Amino acid sequence: MAAESMIHAEGLTKRYGDTVALDGVDLNVPAGSILGMLGPNGAGKTTAVRILTTLALPNEGHARVAGYDVVNQAALVRRNIGVTAQDATVDELLTGRQNLIMIGRLSGLSRVDAKRRADELLEEFELADAGGRVLKGYSGGMRRRLDLAAGLVTRPPVLFLDEPTTGLDPTSRVRMWDIIRQLVASGVTLLLTTQYLDEADELADQIVVVDHGRVIADGTPADLKTKVGGARLEVTLNEPNDEAAIALRPLTDGDVHVSHDGRRLRAPVRSGAGLAASVVRTLDQAGITVDDVEVHQPSLDDVFFALTGHPTSDADVLDDISLDDVKEVAR
Amino acid sequence: MTTLQLPTSATVVTSVRPPGLWRRVSDVASLTYRNLVHIAREPLQLSDVTIQPILFTALFVYVFGAGVTMPHGGSYAQYAIAGMLALNLTTSAMGTAVGLSNDLNGGIIDRFRTLPMWRPAVLVGRSMTDLLTAIICTAFVAGTGLLVGWRPERGILYTLGGFAVFWLFSYAISWGCACLGIISKGPESAQGVGLVILFPLAIVSNALVPTAHMPPALRSFANWNPVSAVTAAARQLFGNPNPSMLVRAWPMQHPIAASLLWSLVLLAIFAPLATYLYRRRTTG
Repeated sequence: MAAESMIHAEGLTKRYGDTVALDGVDLNVPAGSILGMLGPNGAGKTTAVRILTTLALPNEGHARVAGYDVVNQAALVRRNIGVTAQDATVDELLTGRQNLIMIGRLSGLSRVDAKRRADELLEEFELADAGGRVLKGYSGGMRRRLDLAAGLVTRPPVLFLDEPTTGLDPTSRVRMWDIIRQLVASGVTLLLTTQYLDEADELADQIVVVDHGRVIADGTPADLKTKVGGARLEVTLNEPNDEAAIALRPLTDGDVHVSHDGRRLRAPVRSGAGLAASVVRTLDQAGITVDDVEVHQPSLDDVFFALTGHPTSDADVLDDISLDDVKEVAR
Repeated sequence: MTTLQLPTSATVVTSVRPPGLWRRVSDVASLTYRNLVHIAREPLQLSDVTIQPILFTALFVYVFGAGVTMPHGGSYAQYAIAGMLALNLTTSAMGTAVGLSNDLNGGIIDRFRTLPMWRPAVLVGRSMTDLLTAIICTAFVAGTGLLVGWRPERGILYTLGGFAVFWLFSYAISWGCACLGIISKGPESAQGVGLVILFPLAIVSNALVPTAHMPPALRSFANWNPVSAVTAAARQLFGNPNPSMLVRAWPMQHPIAASLLWSLVLLAIFAPLATYLYRRRTTG
């Protein structure tokens, strides 16, 4: 069992008073793979992570991490996991190095080992220069890296990262992705929660989509994108042109919708490098002037809309082209 | 990232021993050290155990000392230092309430809870921090005392005994403060409630003035107040004037026994209670 499934949950349910935070969640993460748990704020992602990391007890259901029961064998679970929680769980008033040494000591490393491990991790996470500074002076990206390093002190085989890139700037985000990929390459099993479809797509082997405490879809990123319909092309013309939709059709992955004023065209596409350029070139050859070309990657909102028919609660998914607005569909 | 070599073994650890005595001591030491670093980095907390004791001691001895006439002669400074220790050490135990509340309201406790450590170390580490700050605070009060004319009369061992009575009491109080820190909503409210409880406890006692002229209700409270027992015990051990000797209440007749009894009773109540409350607050 341990070799096959490093994280396994059945029917996890958690209630806080009248609120159902988790409502019968099943999960299965094979050793050495990444599960992306995708959902909006309040979907139950953090609750699931808290139960799997022994911080909260489920009302119903059970879960095993590294082969051990999260309720009855919590000590063994703790020995085998590394956690990076959503709110920084490092000490603001200590230096980066002091934080890592403290965590090493509290994990049972000797003083010498804890120091050596702290220096190793600071080096690996490009924090060696900042290691002697108090955390108050760290940037968001540095703090997240330290938080992640803190979860790796004992080289745990299972890692939980709760929204590791929320609030990071794009550069820090890509850097974090790099680290996560290398972690998994080294053999760890990882559960990652995120609000970003592109992040789950980029990193995860399997994705579960959660909403209101339930798993509403699961599969590989490719499965999920098929359900959503991939990327979307939006073209704005200089002036209405009936030929445009027909000219575009060979480049798209489905029908081309034309807006009421005839200037805006929208179609599903397989995203690919150079798509925007081909669009401009094709239309140009047909003698049509283009104002703007955009390729939208599907967002979490699109996934939700496709799966549930309703938008995520805190997002506005209304497009500038509503269905009533569509005058004509080119087939 | 250049050549990132993340050394993860990906091997599942299959056995875990409950933390032995050495592990527990080491966990407590790690957390105590952490708390001391906090104090050193927070000027306000640091001044609580350094500048405040100096200021209080000097102010009280010179301001009150000018007005209070000791019942049987003797200088106010001789009388006041034990009281200053009582006042400073009782209120400094609040560090536990504030620190613990800070921890519980931030994310760090969650980190600790996912580590394979001895869980009560968080509480024991707090109380040990208070004990160490109490010792530092004692040094400042005693040092200032010596400068303003305080003299212990019975030698070094008795003097240390007098200090130890305070340390034990302060340690017991810090477990009470731990309970407060756990049940309070945040550090500010912990501090507020703590002051409301501890300040009257320190003042309505024999620490600053003899109890003889207090109104009857306050006087009985003061005579049975643990702070009075501890202060009287220390005065006896320092060989300083101790007017409470003349009070007929049992704790004032046997201050050393009474102060030890009080400390142990408080410890026996608050240490298990704090552990219980902490477990309850951090499980869910």
